[in-house]
Amino acid sequence: MSANSSLSSSRITLALLATAVLIFPLLAAPFGNAWVRIADVALLYIMLALGLNVVVGFAGLLDLGYVAFFAIGAYLAGLLSSPQFAATIESLQLDFPVVGAWVTEWVGPVIAAQGIHLSVWLIIPLAALVAGLAGALLGAPTLKLRGDYLAIVTLGFGEIIRIFMNNLNGPINITNGPQGINLIDPVRIGGVSLAGEAGVVRLGDLSIPSVNAYYYLFLLLAIATIIFSHRLQHSRLGRAWIAIREDEIAAKAMGINVRNMKLLAFAMGASFGGVAGAMFGAFQGFISPESFSLTDSIAILAMVILGGIGHIPGVVLGAVLLAALPELLRHTVEPIQMALLGQVWIEAEVLRQLLYGLALVLIMLARPAGLWPAPQREQQAHTEAAA
Amino acid sequence: MDTLVQQLINGLVLGSVYALIALGYTMVYGVLNLINFAHGEVLMIGALTGWSILQLLQHWVPEWPGMLKLAIAIIGAIPTCIIVSLVIERVAYRRLRNAPRLAPLITAIGVSILLQTIAMMLWGRDPLPFPQVLPMTPLHVAGGLITPTQVLLLLLALLSMVALALLVERTRIGRAMRAVAENPRVAALMGVDANRIIMLTFAIGATLAAIAGVMWAANYASAQFAMGFVPGLKAFSAAVLGGIGNIYGAMLGGLLLGLIESLGAGYIGDMTAGVLGSHYQDIFAFIVLILVLTLRPSGLMGERVADRS
Repeated sequence: MSANSSLSSSRITLALLATAVLIFPLLAAPFGNAWVRIADVALLYIMLALGLNVVVGFAGLLDLGYVAFFAIGAYLAGLLSSPQFAATIESLQLDFPVVGAWVTEWVGPVIAAQGIHLSVWLIIPLAALVAGLAGALLGAPTLKLRGDYLAIVTLGFGEIIRIFMNNLNGPINITNGPQGINLIDPVRIGGVSLAGEAGVVRLGDLSIPSVNAYYYLFLLLAIATIIFSHRLQHSRLGRAWIAIREDEIAAKAMGINVRNMKLLAFAMGASFGGVAGAMFGAFQGFISPESFSLTDSIAILAMVILGGIGHIPGVVLGAVLLAALPELLRHTVEPIQMALLGQVWIEAEVLRQLLYGLALVLIMLARPAGLWPAPQREQQAHTEAAA
Repeated sequence: MDTLVQQLINGLVLGSVYALIALGYTMVYGVLNLINFAHGEVLMIGALTGWSILQLLQHWVPEWPGMLKLAIAIIGAIPTCIIVSLVIERVAYRRLRNAPRLAPLITAIGVSILLQTIAMMLWGRDPLPFPQVLPMTPLHVAGGLITPTQVLLLLLALLSMVALALLVERTRIGRAMRAVAENPRVAALMGVDANRIIMLTFAIGATLAAIAGVMWAANYASAQFAMGFVPGLKAFSAAVLGGIGNIYGAMLGGLLLGLIESLGAGYIGDMTAGVLGSHYQDIFAFIVLILVLTLRPSGLMGERVADRS
């Protein structure tokens, strides 16, 4: 009876949540596009956090360079759907005339003049594939490493990728260096650009703001990621990862191929990041190495840990909270200071940082296992404490 | 040849700073199995405190010798860093000692953000010019140049490391520290006050960070709220390279990383026929790090880490 009622109440909660999420852009519309834009970014962070959760949460491999895969996805979108490739060919023609001429002939004059403009439906699988390969590549030398040694190698990998993005504007201009890549094509679905005209997408009589269109696209992708993550966790693969996380030697003894499973965890986690990166590039229209620093890797990790490592609803909560919190503070601290104290004592940016840091410390102290940890993990902690 | 000597000197200077900071990481890791991610901020606080003290001294007693003023700056920075470090330990780590392994990582990051923001409020956003109190004319050593500040830096680093080694190897306190690192519970049963030893470890790490911070700022003639990040990151890498938890490993790792970086920066252009420039310096350090760890998964001097860390 009680199980029944809790089931139906959880269904009601879910239905309410779904409605709230669906009508959010309509509710936020009167307050301007900024709020929906924040939600868009938060949805991307859900994808990133869930991807990192595969590596850190399921397989127990501490990855401090996860943002590298986000960067790879974004730069892939940048190179394959913007005028950037034309600049690449131009730099080839300048520095290596023979190769440049050959490549120009090979790709044809249109691409040489305008760059590559692939459809987003090609870029998404490509981003997943390339980021996944990069993940496996990173995984290969780190298989023997444990714990904090792994952390530093992944951190190094993240930095290496960022430094390359920052410097690959010469001798061949691939990433356009610190200036970043501009004019990345927006997502097009059935010929309709989600960037719209002057920020409004028109579908026949219907017109919706561009940020709302992206909101629903990202919502769809985030839900797909959640379902995929959930299925993954309860699959043979997910159980193998958890076995490795809990005790690698025992897992090996049970016949789990630890090497392949770890590589797969890196690759799958990375591919989530790659897709999120490609979407980020198309959404912003502009990317630069600044968006992919170690601080961002750490922010994503903080989402996973603060939410509840290994527990999908917790990770989603962590991502939404930590993505929205700084933005929320940015918009509210000044008016609140004005209302309470009559003047702005501390600059909004500074206060925002202070509160963000404080929130990380306080939440972690109050709930060391995360805001919404996996239930069996809590039990385990109790038995460990009792022993 | 001259570039080689020069790069070796630069590498030694850089490396000894890394080593000093790396010792702080590695000692805390030794007793708590925890990466103290806020350690770079302790260095920053040390450098900025040193800046303020020097600023005061320059104003009130400009006629005092530079060496004395720098010494006062360092001596003033040390207690500040110790206090900051002990507060970090008390607030961010102590309650989480038996928590899931990654929880203290997040509090450390939170504390880092807090310290940086507070420093930004106190000292401003822009890099502050660090007063040059020692003579600026470089000395000639075997075809390379070295400034008096750098000579002092090397001497201080050497002195601190020898003192630390003696403390750890030869004193009762050192023995207690080794015991806690080995097994805190058994150490506690043998009458060692583990909390006291842990606080002491943080204090020693902070002392070294204060020295490193003031000297780093004096060497680069600038100090800023964000300055702790890069040396902190490099020193952490150095500690891992040497084998985290091992103090001699941290010294070796720091020096090696400094040398690799400066030699890499000096020769990477020649080695790749000009394709890669010196801005790839950091890549060089990380690639060496990854290679070393691939061949020796627990660092150069580290012991095999436990399977379940």
